Amino acid sequence: MLEHTELFFKSIFIDNMVFATFLGMCSYLAVSKKVSTAVGLGAAVIFVLAVTVPLNWLLDQYLLRDGALSWLGPEYADYNLSFLSFILFIATIATMVQLVEIVVEKFSPALYNSLGIFLPLIAVNCAILGGSLFMQAREIPSLGLAFNYGLSSGIGWFLAILAIAAIREKIRYSNVPPPLRGLGITFIITGLMAIGFMSFGGMLTGGDEAAPVPEETAVQEKTEEEKMNLEEDAEQNVVSYNAIEKE
Amino acid sequence: MAILSKKDSKLILDPLADNNPITIQVLGICSALAITAELKASIVMALSVLFVLGLGNVVISLMRNIIPSKIRIIVQLVVVATLVIIVDQVLKAFAYELSKTLAVFVGLIITNCIIMGRFEAFALGNGVWRSFLDGIGNAAGYGVILIIVGFFRELLGSGTLLGFPVLGNPIEKTGLYAIGYENNGFMLLSPMALIVVGILIWVQRSRNPALIEEN
Repeated sequence: MLEHTELFFKSIFIDNMVFATFLGMCSYLAVSKKVSTAVGLGAAVIFVLAVTVPLNWLLDQYLLRDGALSWLGPEYADYNLSFLSFILFIATIATMVQLVEIVVEKFSPALYNSLGIFLPLIAVNCAILGGSLFMQAREIPSLGLAFNYGLSSGIGWFLAILAIAAIREKIRYSNVPPPLRGLGITFIITGLMAIGFMSFGGMLTGGDEAAPVPEETAVQEKTEEEKMNLEEDAEQNVVSYNAIEKE
Repeated sequence: MAILSKKDSKLILDPLADNNPITIQVLGICSALAITAELKASIVMALSVLFVLGLGNVVISLMRNIIPSKIRIIVQLVVVATLVIIVDQVLKAFAYELSKTLAVFVGLIITNCIIMGRFEAFALGNGVWRSFLDGIGNAAGYGVILIIVGFFRELLGSGTLLGFPVLGNPIEKTGLYAIGYENNGFMLLSPMALIVVGILIWVQRSRNPALIEEN
């Protein structure tokens, strides 16, 4: 339970997709002019991430990673298909996005119209593929945690786009230097927000301090093994020495 | 350029300045900014995108008449993913350390909006040679921004360029450090990439007022 809570808050605040890793910046910048559209896109991202990350976790676990095919039988245990992960992940994502598009078009035509071109482009939103690739890179251990990771990263992205949309609605009334208007000021505001989000970095240091303990025990075990090996070697040496003496 | 007609050279030169994919079209920011803390990583990323976008545009342009428009996004994704897998495997084989630095961001070239954007906007409606030039031009425009940002971040952040110390040695206090200069470690953190790009946009638009947006 603790690791779930930790991952949840970590993905929302510390490893926020927009502020820490710049994922999904294109749609973040393009669709953040109005709060209502931003909310729609944010919700779609949460949904797609929460579905695709666990799906891709299953793919990674049972198809792609080194030795993942061993459930088929021992002769498949040596296969490592991880070079295929980009293409399989993006295929899963494209399919899921198509599904979301159909559902949104059916149930909320207003939202469908306002999202316009960006709904199909969720498929090429870096945040979605990035979620799956980070899930693979960080070796998230269970399906539940993978779901948690997808959901919370989506929520983090949602928060970011909501905040910037609200700021951009207000900034229209301020006197921004003309060359900075629009894109420029949005970049700088995002940078400042990212600096703000960095202050969450100290939130979970307790977990990091606890982490090195298993490494130490591993080291001790190793040394014990080495001792055993050394003793064995010594015994063998003695035996061979005795054998030489006998000769 | 005698080989290229005026129209063709415009395809290459336009994205370098007045129609830059990053600062004007707002494409391809996603995977760009996170890896610009070092100049070397920026250059490798720029070259990878040059390869993927140049070849991808050619492939899509060759297939433009046989791709059914309903499934074109999936077809485009497959083409990009294949090219990116090639880049990834080559990097892993010949520059393993660098591929560790770039980590997932090589994979994220697939979803780099600049690639899908150029496929949709150009390669689907133009001939092979022009699409190739457009791809090269846009990737170069993207690369230029990446290299500028990487240059300033590495120079101001760690006082090196491509790993070579250019401002002197901070520990032995030689060069600029002798007169009290300090590295600005803040430049290495991710928020500064955004602010550096913001300033680039500011500079570019003050020089060319036609690009200024309405509020």
